[in-house]
Amino acid sequence: MQPFTYQRANNVKEAAAAVAANREARFISGGTNLLDLMKLEIERPTHLLDISRLPLDSIEETPEGGLRVGAQVRNSDLAADPRVRSRYPVLSQALLAGASGQIRNKASTAGNLLQRTRCFYFYDRNMPCNKREPGTGCAALEGFNRIHAVLGASEACIAVHPSDMAVAMAALNAEVETTLPDGTIRTMPIGDLHRLPGATPHVETALGHGEMITAVILPPAPPGRQLYRKVRDRASYAFALVSVATVIEKSGDRIRSARIAIGGVAPKPWRPLEAEYVLAGAAAADSAFTEAAESALAGAVGRGGNDFKIPLAKRTLRQTLAAAVEGA
Amino acid sequence: MAETDYRITRRAVLEGGAATCLFLASGLPVGAQNAGVVMTAGPANAPISRIPMTFRINATEHALELDPRTTLLDALRNHLGLTGSKKGCDHGQCGACTVLVNGRRINSCLSLAAQHEGDEITTVEGLADGDRLHPVQAAFVAQDGFQCGYCTPGQICSAVGMLEEVRAGWPSHASADVASGPGALTEAEIRERMSGNICRCAAYPNIVAAIRDAAEEV
Repeated sequence: MQPFTYQRANNVKEAAAAVAANREARFISGGTNLLDLMKLEIERPTHLLDISRLPLDSIEETPEGGLRVGAQVRNSDLAADPRVRSRYPVLSQALLAGASGQIRNKASTAGNLLQRTRCFYFYDRNMPCNKREPGTGCAALEGFNRIHAVLGASEACIAVHPSDMAVAMAALNAEVETTLPDGTIRTMPIGDLHRLPGATPHVETALGHGEMITAVILPPAPPGRQLYRKVRDRASYAFALVSVATVIEKSGDRIRSARIAIGGVAPKPWRPLEAEYVLAGAAAADSAFTEAAESALAGAVGRGGNDFKIPLAKRTLRQTLAAAVEGA
Repeated sequence: MAETDYRITRRAVLEGGAATCLFLASGLPVGAQNAGVVMTAGPANAPISRIPMTFRINATEHALELDPRTTLLDALRNHLGLTGSKKGCDHGQCGACTVLVNGRRINSCLSLAAQHEGDEITTVEGLADGDRLHPVQAAFVAQDGFQCGYCTPGQICSAVGMLEEVRAGWPSHASADVASGPGALTEAEIRERMSGNICRCAAYPNIVAAIRDAAEEV
């Protein structure tokens, strides 16, 4: 690990300004991803500002009837919160499908959103990686790429975002609240937080340096049934090859509305809006699920090792939609 | 500051040997694995700043001055001689370093010591009440929940934290319905909840049996 100085943050505004003033400074909270990367010298901050004890660790009701989840709420506390379990079960399910008990006890809500890809080549400093070292190339394009993206990728990078939690939050239309270094507060739809790689895969989010996530706001629970399904190489403690979060509302035998977010297939939680349009008003039957799945993966591009993800994602989507409709 | 006991036993040497093999097998440079403890991976002559910190470990106050890079695991093992917590992968993947912080299980390798100022930390050394083993420790002995024993301190600390989570009504990925919380502590529930602890000897059937017994006991 490279040497760094360590300091505990006093308040949000000062912390954002302090990190903004030092290009090599980083926030640290749970540290479960950052320290892993620092040990490998993939991340090399010279100053760490510890924000884990800032008073951002509560889950509060919003006036609109939703929940405001503080950025420092631990993944395990969020998953176990009775309000989340009853009103946003897809979020509890996604959190519990991710990582291990030990890691969920440390990992923060904001840190989960900002965790970095587990692409083998991003982690291997002997190999080129445009995300780690811009301009060096992407070893995954022609490499061992079975875990890589089939949607939203570019010729510069085919890494996927590894979070389960973010996939559920995308299906719930969550908003991310941040504080800028000048103290301004802004919110953005979670879909705007992560950027697609394009020619600049090292730029992963819409956040400026020093901008701190302070909360995730969940709108009032949507009507209908929520479900998260995850397909992975091991039964537990493995990243998703494909995951699906859905919220489906039925009206008689028809689907009134459906929301879908897919994980493990793209550089960000993937919302296939065209598939949601297919389902809106359709008869709740296999033909609609198949059409939605085909539509969601219509633009998918395999790179060899990950070709299987395209039919796997379609099957997982069909199966998850069918299971959700059954209980809706 | 409490007295630190650095007696080296045959067992400690054997464990050290096993750890070395594990590191070499990981393919990482040895210097990188030890970074922040003995060697530094930074510029050769960079000054190492040390920061004072205090923790309460196994009900004893400890004051240390450490390089900010020191993980909680390295602080326990290298600076306090509490070598019960093991360094397996040093990346949060194996669970051998699991300790309890304010009653919750975490990977001590993925946490900076400096982040735990003032925390109440329990390691495997702090579970027993004098000569009376903690029920989870006793169950591991009774059910032979290990072979080589390297993962055992992590398994035991993890199980202690996990049983507390069950008692608090936390659901798991194996629970049928997250809203209603955990049902019976089935084998599937135990295996899911313990998936952050790897046993290279694959003593899993006996580990599961030990935890089942302990769950009734605790």
